[in-house]
Amino acid sequence: MSQAVLKVENLHKAYGAIRAVAGVSFEVMPGEIFGVIGPNGSGKTTMFNSVLGQIRPDSGTVVLNGRDVTRCGPLALSRMGVGRTFQTLQVFGKMSVRDNLLVAAQEHQGSMWGRMFAPGDSGLGAKVDALIDQFRIRPVADARAGTLSYGQQKLIDIAMAFMSEPALVLLDEPCAGVNPSLVGSIRKLLQELNRTRGHGAHPCSFVVIEHNMDFVMALCHRIMVMVEGRVLAIGTPAEIRANKQVLDAYLGN
Amino acid sequence: MKKSTLFLLALAAVGLLVLPLYLKGYGVYLLSYWLVFVVATMGLNLTVGYAGQKSLGHAAFFGIGAYTVAIAMKAGISFWFGLPAAALICFVVGLILGFPALRVQTIYLAFATLGFNTAVWLLMRNEEWLTGGTFGINNIARPQLGGLSLDGNLAYYYFVLAVALLMALLLWGLLRSPWGKAFTALRDNPIRAESLGVDTRSYTLLSFAIGAVYAGIAGSLFASLVQFIEPAPFTVGASIMMYLMVVVGGPGYFFGPMLGAAVGVLLPEWLRFAQAWYLFVFGAAVVLLMIWLPDGLLSMPDRLRAKRLARQASALRAASVGVPGPRA
Repeated sequence: MSQAVLKVENLHKAYGAIRAVAGVSFEVMPGEIFGVIGPNGSGKTTMFNSVLGQIRPDSGTVVLNGRDVTRCGPLALSRMGVGRTFQTLQVFGKMSVRDNLLVAAQEHQGSMWGRMFAPGDSGLGAKVDALIDQFRIRPVADARAGTLSYGQQKLIDIAMAFMSEPALVLLDEPCAGVNPSLVGSIRKLLQELNRTRGHGAHPCSFVVIEHNMDFVMALCHRIMVMVEGRVLAIGTPAEIRANKQVLDAYLGN
Repeated sequence: MKKSTLFLLALAAVGLLVLPLYLKGYGVYLLSYWLVFVVATMGLNLTVGYAGQKSLGHAAFFGIGAYTVAIAMKAGISFWFGLPAAALICFVVGLILGFPALRVQTIYLAFATLGFNTAVWLLMRNEEWLTGGTFGINNIARPQLGGLSLDGNLAYYYFVLAVALLMALLLWGLLRSPWGKAFTALRDNPIRAESLGVDTRSYTLLSFAIGAVYAGIAGSLFASLVQFIEPAPFTVGASIMMYLMVVVGGPGYFFGPMLGAAVGVLLPEWLRFAQAWYLFVFGAAVVLLMIWLPDGLLSMPDRLRAKRLARQASALRAASVGVPGPRA
């Protein structure tokens, strides 16, 4: 069996008396789409932010491709091939869609001083165009990102996370506030990205936090259910659906 | 940064080459004065407008540049050594001033930089042995370029124009490079920028340092232009005025400083007919501008375009409602 891309062991994070994350452990395999579900306040985003270096966990380890990255910040993790999206929209509103995608990958090329003299598109024009076509945002490619609809911005937000060809992408509620037809499009896009980038020498794995059950069940290979900062169950969508504890605690009947 | 920016810059250069031929001595002097502030505020536009770092300490760098050249020339050192020395000192001090920006932002950063400006100003006023204190430094010479004297107002004007154009071209190149996008990303959303691999720490520090270099070079030009410096032009008030120039012109617009510095430097001259009331008129104009165009004068085309697009969109919507669809 191949080595896990991401290995989280016994992660803890407390805010005063509130134990937001209380001993979470899981592994994400190469090319896998790993879903994280759980009620509001179950610690999903805190777990995400601890893994991504946005906040420092109280204890536990985060290992990326065999390397301990527990104390690494978001910048170092990005440079090591970890992409992410946030729960709320985070595009650069005053920049064009194209520039949003360029800035999402340019810092992964060459040295900082080299970039001072590099061409404006850092030689990434073809890659940007390919992603623009894949995400079907060509008509708005030169518009300012901040002037676009919520759904379009959501697509750009997701596309940005994939620009630097990361080994692992963590998506925090990619379907929040998105209409049902776009939810379907996002699912197809992620499946397509998983098909094209999930194999080969540098496969890309996804971790997805989401409340939309149909989306998670259709997209993910394995799902982790979190309740009150702990892991309630990890399994395939079929196993999770059949798990009585999960049904009682979260999914209902 | 579009290529059309370069064309506009070339057009402005031609205009500025010809313009002084139609002006008297004081007009040429005023134009030089304006260009000096264009250079200074181009740097501040990088720090504030593009990188989003609220700095109220720019006049301190302007002063450091001016005093470096003045002190060097008084010691018999050439202007041509003083100018790069001023730029280098400002780069280093700018880098140091950037560190508070790694911890605090917005109004708190503004106050931190304001404190820095006050401290530098006090040094200029109190360290008489070095700066001449409130008496300042007199008879600062204008430099010679090769065998050419830049002593006359017109000759010095062309020299300042050449430096201003060079600095504008360098900034244009910088903003066109990936750095330009990184600065804008830092301004728009530093947390997202960092998660995409943008080294926000380095870019924050560099936005201060490079902005400071522009102020330092402007200060050097200023010292030789006015030929007498004292601490008064380098107060916190001067920093606020430079900030105002950036905001009035349009922060984050390449030509913003050109327009903003014109409003700050040239407009008060044109308002002299109002005599004691000119500051009142100037202040009122700024208030009105901030109400109607909070993103500065150069945001006007963008606003008009946005209005036109909104009108077109609502016309399209109205048309689609008015015309029955196939299933209606």
